Amino acid sequence: MASTAKKQGVGSVIWDYLTTVDHKKIAILYLIAGGFFFVVGGIEAMMIRIQLAVPNNDFLSAGLFNEMITMHGTTMIFLAAMPLLFAFMNATVPLQIGARDVAFPFLNALGVWLFVFGGIFLNLSWFLGGAPDAGWTSYASLSIASAGHGIDFYALGLQISGAGTLISGINFVTTIINMRAPGMTYMRMPLMTWTTLVASVLIVFAFPPLTIGLFLLIFDRMFGSSFFLVETGGNTIIWEHLFWIFGHPEVYILILPAFGIFSEIFSTFSRKRLFGYSAMVFATIIIGFFGFMVWAHHMFTVGLGPTANAIFAVATMAIAVPTGIKIFNWIATVWGGSIEFTTPMLYALAFIPSFTMGGVTGVMQAAAPADYQYHDSYFIVAHFHYVIVGGVVFGLLAGLHYYWPLMFGTMLSEKLGKITFVIFVIGFHVTFLIQHFLGLWGMPRRVFTYLDGQGYNTANLISSMGALLMAIAVIILVINIIMTVAKNQKVGRDPWGDGRTLEWSLPLPVPYYNFAQIPLVRGLDAYWIEKKANNGRMMPSESLEDFHMPNNSFIPFVMSFGLFVAAFGALYFASGKDWAIDAVSGLNVHPWAPWVLGLGLAITVGAMITRSIKDDLGYYVTKEEVLRDLEEEERRAR
Amino acid sequence: MAHMEYNVPSERWPAHPETATMEGKNKFVGFWIFLAGETALFASLFATYLALKDSVPGEDHPLAADLFALPLAFVMTMFLLTSSLTSVYAIYHMRNNNFAKMQLWLGITVLLGLGFLALEIYEFIEYVHHGHTFRSSAFGSAFYFLLGTHGFHVVIGLGWITLLILRNARRGISVYTAAKVNTASLYWHFIDVVWVFIFTIVYLLGVM
Repeated sequence: MASTAKKQGVGSVIWDYLTTVDHKKIAILYLIAGGFFFVVGGIEAMMIRIQLAVPNNDFLSAGLFNEMITMHGTTMIFLAAMPLLFAFMNATVPLQIGARDVAFPFLNALGVWLFVFGGIFLNLSWFLGGAPDAGWTSYASLSIASAGHGIDFYALGLQISGAGTLISGINFVTTIINMRAPGMTYMRMPLMTWTTLVASVLIVFAFPPLTIGLFLLIFDRMFGSSFFLVETGGNTIIWEHLFWIFGHPEVYILILPAFGIFSEIFSTFSRKRLFGYSAMVFATIIIGFFGFMVWAHHMFTVGLGPTANAIFAVATMAIAVPTGIKIFNWIATVWGGSIEFTTPMLYALAFIPSFTMGGVTGVMQAAAPADYQYHDSYFIVAHFHYVIVGGVVFGLLAGLHYYWPLMFGTMLSEKLGKITFVIFVIGFHVTFLIQHFLGLWGMPRRVFTYLDGQGYNTANLISSMGALLMAIAVIILVINIIMTVAKNQKVGRDPWGDGRTLEWSLPLPVPYYNFAQIPLVRGLDAYWIEKKANNGRMMPSESLEDFHMPNNSFIPFVMSFGLFVAAFGALYFASGKDWAIDAVSGLNVHPWAPWVLGLGLAITVGAMITRSIKDDLGYYVTKEEVLRDLEEEERRAR
Repeated sequence: MAHMEYNVPSERWPAHPETATMEGKNKFVGFWIFLAGETALFASLFATYLALKDSVPGEDHPLAADLFALPLAFVMTMFLLTSSLTSVYAIYHMRNNNFAKMQLWLGITVLLGLGFLALEIYEFIEYVHHGHTFRSSAFGSAFYFLLGTHGFHVVIGLGWITLLILRNARRGISVYTAAKVNTASLYWHFIDVVWVFIFTIVYLLGVM
């Protein structure tokens, strides 16, 4: 309920963020936590590249190297890329569809806190006996044999943060179906909203298989079951299927919102309507649909047989078609446009060739017989970094610059932004282009070192130099952020000058209730239409009256904390027990483990019961308060 | 938008009180989407069960055909199917603004669910005596995980409906509480549907 105009103490600001249900503040929480984990994952990447820079290096031990690659992949996918995308989805989607908040503000807060506690739990493994070391895919044959509790941190940490992701996915689907402003039909929704919708649907169907896979792993490692224990009838291939039924849609969950961000940027800075809007929408849906039918292309070498391999190979190649449609539509959007080379636009332009290269190597691997050569080599590492960095990370960096004014009301320095861009893009290609060749020359992935005289020396050194450039670029970005926050130079409505969609029609900083009056949408690029037709003033769809807003709540934090506590109980449950698997049966017994497990679950269940029993009817923002804000805004505009 | 009126007088009671508010509409759509995710969850469980249902360490370990008794599974099915019907009655009375009857039928639903749960616990204890446990084989792990997840859903559903009966006892029925009751009933139906698949895939397929 806090009016943003009032000066607040540090304590009350922290309390405000711990209890907030405002999607704009939750976006900032995602951005801070995701940004932190991005830096952690980046440091892990640097460790890997330092170790591999020269042959026979002993900077990292073999075991520590395995932990480093596992945590780099897991952190970057689950704790950096996804939350950062959620940051931009939260920051933009409710504003783009003309809503005052998401459908379930309480669940939105629950999602972010589950992610934060899951991420903290996973990373505590570094300090509590060693990180997971079975790779980010954690294949059961490796993870069951992994001694110590590292894998347990992986399984429990991802379970907690995965629950948060699922909740957020459900929330966004409901928000986009139910909360659109009058006139905002499906085929008038901005591409960012469309890609968020499709990615959220993918989350709803892709995360439950991961939940089950992780439970199988948790039960085998902590409660004595035998899903993956071959001697009692288990089968480790089940993990691979469940993981990839999740894992392949996951790459589309990551890339689709990035496509959305790029679509907005191309259109804005070419000062043109997005070319082939409806083709873009259908391509997004088709990519989402096919995303579920290709998981076994990660398992060509498992031995599923030629029929299965052929089906999955063809399905995989088919995905290139809708993706190609998108690439050509972006090019056609820029074509003939009045282009403005801002930092976000530069990332978007660099994305097209970079991502296409990743796509082309993807089609190469889709040919199952050829994949027997590429499998588990550096060619694969190069491929997925081209799509994930050249697609998702470019999208995140573009989105960071593009949406920064919307989130914070200030502008990142364009000069430093362009310096970051040049160094990052050069660093990226230097790091990963050469890795294609390393793979084709025979260097396997996930090796902690290599011998001298195999022809890998120069290429690895080049790759590590490129990684250093990317690190420098990120440091410049951090400096840019710190300087921008310190200067705190406020900008006004539509800071890029060419905003087309509803979020740019709002005053900055955006009022906590977003829209004083819910706007009437008259077509695609709603704000652009009103700029041409109505001097940039949105037509209201309702008279100015009191309206309803949700209450803040501390319960989401408590619920997530309970699971965090319970996870420690589960983690040590099997330690030293004679029924446990060899990996943990030799460790010390922790008699308190069942009690901690019970206590943690009791906290969570208690919080859920409290939530159910209490009536939470929200509150009303009065017409008078909104009128005061509007007058204030008008005075500032003059 | 005027201030929302939660306690709508009976002459203006809407035909669908559960979706009469924006929150109610959101809950309705959101919960269906949650159930879509639950479907993927149980699909993964069924797939795991089908992959492991004949995987035991030795000849002497019991398999499905040695364990399952269809009469018991039939009685359990009847308990759960009937409880779904009684929850429909509760929703019927909710839409007719009849609070006492709604509470009564919700109570009967809980009793039938408890009956199902008691039989399931009895069944599990029997199996453990036959040497079929969570830890004895991959078949055991998959069986107890699939049925246990379903049973856990039953426990959650029972706790949820009981909590609603208690919390609404003083408040009565309003468009605010109606949305809550309707969501719980959707969940209860879903549990029932999953059981139909368990009956078919686990029990019928097991004894055949």
